[in-house]
Amino acid sequence: MYFLRRLISLVPLVLVISFLAFCLVRVAPGGPFDKERKPASPEVEKQLKAKYHLDKPLLIQYWIYLKGLLRGDLGPSLKYRNHTVNDIVLQGLPISLALGGTAFLFALGIGIPLGFVTAVYKGKWVDYAGSFLALLFFCIPAFVVGPALIMVVAIKLEWLPVALWGSPLHVILPTVTLGIYFAGRIARLMREGMMTTLNAEFMTTARAKGLSESAALLKHAFRLGALPVVSYSGPLLADLLTGSFVVENLFQIPGIGVFMVNSSLSRDYTMVVGLVLLYAVLLLLLNLAVDLGYALLDPRVRYD
Amino acid sequence: MTSATATTADVALPRQVRPEHLSPNQQAWRRFKRNRMAVLSSLFVFCLVTIVLVWPLLSNPRLRTPKPLTHSPTALTDHPFSPPDAQHWFGTDANGRDILSRIFYGARISLLVGVVGASVSLVIGVLWGAIAGYLGGRTDERMMRFVDILYALPSIVFVIVIITTLEGYFKDWLDKVFGPEMGARGRMVFLFVGLGAVSWLTMARIVRGQVLSLRKRQFVDASRSLGAGQARILFRHILPNVLGVIIVYVTLIIPSIILYESFLSYLGLGVQPPQASLGSLIAEGAAQINPIRTYWWMIAFPAGLLAITLLALNFVGDGLRDAWDPRTKD
Repeated sequence: MYFLRRLISLVPLVLVISFLAFCLVRVAPGGPFDKERKPASPEVEKQLKAKYHLDKPLLIQYWIYLKGLLRGDLGPSLKYRNHTVNDIVLQGLPISLALGGTAFLFALGIGIPLGFVTAVYKGKWVDYAGSFLALLFFCIPAFVVGPALIMVVAIKLEWLPVALWGSPLHVILPTVTLGIYFAGRIARLMREGMMTTLNAEFMTTARAKGLSESAALLKHAFRLGALPVVSYSGPLLADLLTGSFVVENLFQIPGIGVFMVNSSLSRDYTMVVGLVLLYAVLLLLLNLAVDLGYALLDPRVRYD
Repeated sequence: MTSATATTADVALPRQVRPEHLSPNQQAWRRFKRNRMAVLSSLFVFCLVTIVLVWPLLSNPRLRTPKPLTHSPTALTDHPFSPPDAQHWFGTDANGRDILSRIFYGARISLLVGVVGASVSLVIGVLWGAIAGYLGGRTDERMMRFVDILYALPSIVFVIVIITTLEGYFKDWLDKVFGPEMGARGRMVFLFVGLGAVSWLTMARIVRGQVLSLRKRQFVDASRSLGAGQARILFRHILPNVLGVIIVYVTLIIPSIILYESFLSYLGLGVQPPQASLGSLIAEGAAQINPIRTYWWMIAFPAGLLAITLLALNFVGDGLRDAWDPRTKD
């Protein structure tokens, strides 16, 4: 019930965000038709503007957009004139979802064990080496990791394809490039979370009632230690699933991350608003899911 | 043997348990100094800042600096893409410019962007969070709801809109008032504002939480009963208590802003040539990658310096946080 209420309360928030994004993209100077072939006669431009309702007052434009939105129509793209925003999103989103999903799993698979081990061996060399590694992951930008991987693994060793998207082999390099930064962040969050639980009283209780050290760590400390990672997962997944400009650009992957940047640069208004809405809805839903996950992981948290 | 150690221990003991009156800050400082990585990293950051500031002076002929250290970051030569050698220790780029001097020049701008961008986010975040937390109630709810909404916007769209908007409206004005050369430098302000504007949200949340927990404390009531005004209570009594948290968070924000700037440079939105940041140097190197020839030095050296700098800044930030965290004990 509580979550249903929160779900409903998201609707006005999404509306506000859509309006804000709608205004925001129009604040930037220039318009979607600036880079058309010149000389575009004023009549042609006027026609174009009329066609996309850009000549009407802002509120009317928003009202028209909102009516389309209710029908699930994100409007026509102003840059790719033969496509609607729905088309482009439907084409690119599955790819971005797949890549983002594997990168998320990769980041968790590396980050959680790394954070766990460094916390358990706090102050030992394992901790120093592991923490250093985690920090290093998170200090090298993706546009360095990507080219380095391409140079070594794809070109020198020829183990994996250089770019494009197709067979499962194509997934590996982009996944690593995209996920490694977040693996570092997750490892740091995990270590921090574990630190607070390792000294908690319930751990003493667990040991006192005769649990083995490994059982105490895995059953009790891990569960609560993972909470910071869980709460970070919401924004992280929203970021990953809506694609990454750098990775999609480097590996020539037809996702929607490239559109997020390019449409903002080319003032493709409907496209930007559509993608912003997609991101916002995803983020809000994921944050809701995170709160649910909290209740499942931490018995002290109750929602009513 | 045992008795001997026992006696030395007895002698040593009173000296160790001699009560020391250290303020929390002194204790924290002591903890920080014991963290070897953090101390080493602060030393590195200090050296780097010194080098990037002193670097332009080295080319002064009266100093007789070794030749390889005196190249200008903007001087073109006719040896493009030459690998590292005795003349150019880190090689040269596509225009024959010396990479060594360029990465120090780039590091200077990257650090500048990081520090100023962090300051912008500091000012907005602290003011926003402090006012929301201090006033509480409806105002607090509205202000934080606004933060939630901004959180739900993809930051890259926001940054692009801010930077291009400022460019569009103020570029010509800058060029007219300060001349084209200074105008190009002044354009970095847009970058500062853009980066600061997307990174203040977490700061606002942290400060608000702290202020919220402090504003009902007795010392606030005490100063209010002595007739202190709202602004005085907030800025003289509450904020100094949050200062530790703020400083720690700012140290951690600097590397993240440097990283974000390098991403913007990669998109071509960051620092504009002929100026360079570490990010734009990496982007230049990445543009030269092809399967036939690799100019690894063009990407390895700037990327290396960027990674080491970010590592060091993060170590300092972590060290400060661990030292000032009241939960850690000696």
